[in-house]
Amino acid sequence: MIKTYLSHNNIFCSLGFDSQTVVENISNGVSGLQLFEDTSLLPLPFCASMISSEIINTEFKKIGDAPKFTKLEQMMILSLKKVIDTSEIALDERVGLIISTTKGNIDVLEKDSNFPESRAYLSELGKTIQDFFGFQNEAIVLSNACVSGVLAISAAKRFISEKKYDHIFITSGDLLTKFILSGFNSFQALSAEPCKPYDKNRIGINLGEVAASILVTSNVKNLSDDAVEILGDVTCNDANHISGPSRTGEGLFRSVRAALKEANISVSEIDYISAHGTATSFNDEMEAIAFNRIGLENTPLNSLKGYFGHTLGASGLLETIVGMKSLRQNILFSSKGFSELGVSKKINVIKTNTPKTLNTFLKTASGFGGCNTAVILKSYN
Amino acid sequence: MDQAEEFPVFIKNTYKFLNTDYSKFFKMDNLSKLAFLAADVLLKNENLDEFENNIALIFSNRASSLDTDRKHQASIENTDEYFPSPAVFVYTLPNICLGEISIKHKLYSENSFFIFDRFNAEHLQLYANSLLRNEKAEKVLCGWIDFDENSYEAFLYLVENEGEIEHNTEEINRLYNTL
Repeated sequence: MIKTYLSHNNIFCSLGFDSQTVVENISNGVSGLQLFEDTSLLPLPFCASMISSEIINTEFKKIGDAPKFTKLEQMMILSLKKVIDTSEIALDERVGLIISTTKGNIDVLEKDSNFPESRAYLSELGKTIQDFFGFQNEAIVLSNACVSGVLAISAAKRFISEKKYDHIFITSGDLLTKFILSGFNSFQALSAEPCKPYDKNRIGINLGEVAASILVTSNVKNLSDDAVEILGDVTCNDANHISGPSRTGEGLFRSVRAALKEANISVSEIDYISAHGTATSFNDEMEAIAFNRIGLENTPLNSLKGYFGHTLGASGLLETIVGMKSLRQNILFSSKGFSELGVSKKINVIKTNTPKTLNTFLKTASGFGGCNTAVILKSYN
Repeated sequence: MDQAEEFPVFIKNTYKFLNTDYSKFFKMDNLSKLAFLAADVLLKNENLDEFENNIALIFSNRASSLDTDRKHQASIENTDEYFPSPAVFVYTLPNICLGEISIKHKLYSENSFFIFDRFNAEHLQLYANSLLRNEKAEKVLCGWIDFDENSYEAFLYLVENEGEIEHNTEEINRLYNTL
């Protein structure tokens, strides 16, 4: 069995343009969420994390011809470039590329877009990223709702284990658009205040935009100092409902149970859970039920949505990277927005930054379509 | 097939022909209807368990959920005709059709949706192999389900450890090209 590792990484978001800066902001309790009143995006005020297009353009001009690339492409390229550069891996035929996104360049469907509608095709997005860097292999695009970011890690592991590639770069990203805001608002799922995952007074989601990138590799040479080994990875459907989570947490429960089995470790060996925690009533309740069924109710857990909002197809990868930094620094980061437990089953939500020796963590995500994923990651160093 | 304008007729006739009786079908978007019936053709012969089955779904296409994305976009384009609907929005994700199939056939198993600019047998084959080899699924339903402005296409095949046709890219492409 080939071992696979998560290594060099980048986060590009409103809290900073590299993982270290972003994590420093998290450790200082700084959130990227802000209140916006922009009727071109939503008729109502909303709370979100957003990166200004002008700032991205300025950054991008240092490396490319900005007007040729959409906002999302610029974000993904800026993010991925840092990972490729620090990994020092030549992009030969043994190197793959996975793009993880829910909606890609969906904003080109807007009638005043500067780009043709063809850019909305996700394979075009893949080709743009692939060509910018000169990847020899065709980009593999994964679009599986809000679990896409975590599922991309599983996909990379599988393509490496099938010996198709030695290294895979993943870049994931989603934008805050009128499309997404109007949709979540139609579900009455948005909160106009900073979200409060697992809290008694939680009222809903904040949305956010981010690009996050990582190297997945089977080679231990030149791993990053925060590298982790992928011990187990499982995804299971609820087989219950397309737009609401299972009341029994069935798919998440099964995902975590099977990931533990694959990792061949017990519940007590999980030091920390980086959970999904969108701050909707149903999602957070479902997670609490699933974690209780597994016996993880005492394991420290956070949701990072209070720092970034829900960044859709990028959220799982973004939160995995923060988890890697958490392990590296041996600190449990507080679950921002949480003060009083508001789910029916006990879970151990992290209230303040807490030093703790951390070796292994569980990352979970759940999404529309009834999908759930769990990965178990262990510190390499 | 290059007859998207006739899709409503085609899919209704197929639903009747297959004797499918499933009220949720009529709430689905075009991509889900196509995927759901294509999967039904294969899975109804598998003597599935009433409560639980471990069949992974590895689907792919070119247009993602763009057919429904355009409908949602049209509902929010103008301020004076602003009527986004959750019943439409939920289908603006390609993997929703996997959820629909999982609900019908009680598949508590892996779902993954990939996007390629054309049918990509190699990656489907590698992925299905990995799932079977690592015992993550007993069977894998793979394929290509695409719905776009001017065309629709459905090609699914079931992979398992024993069978008559060898699971390699030549055979997959041969079957795809005989469509």
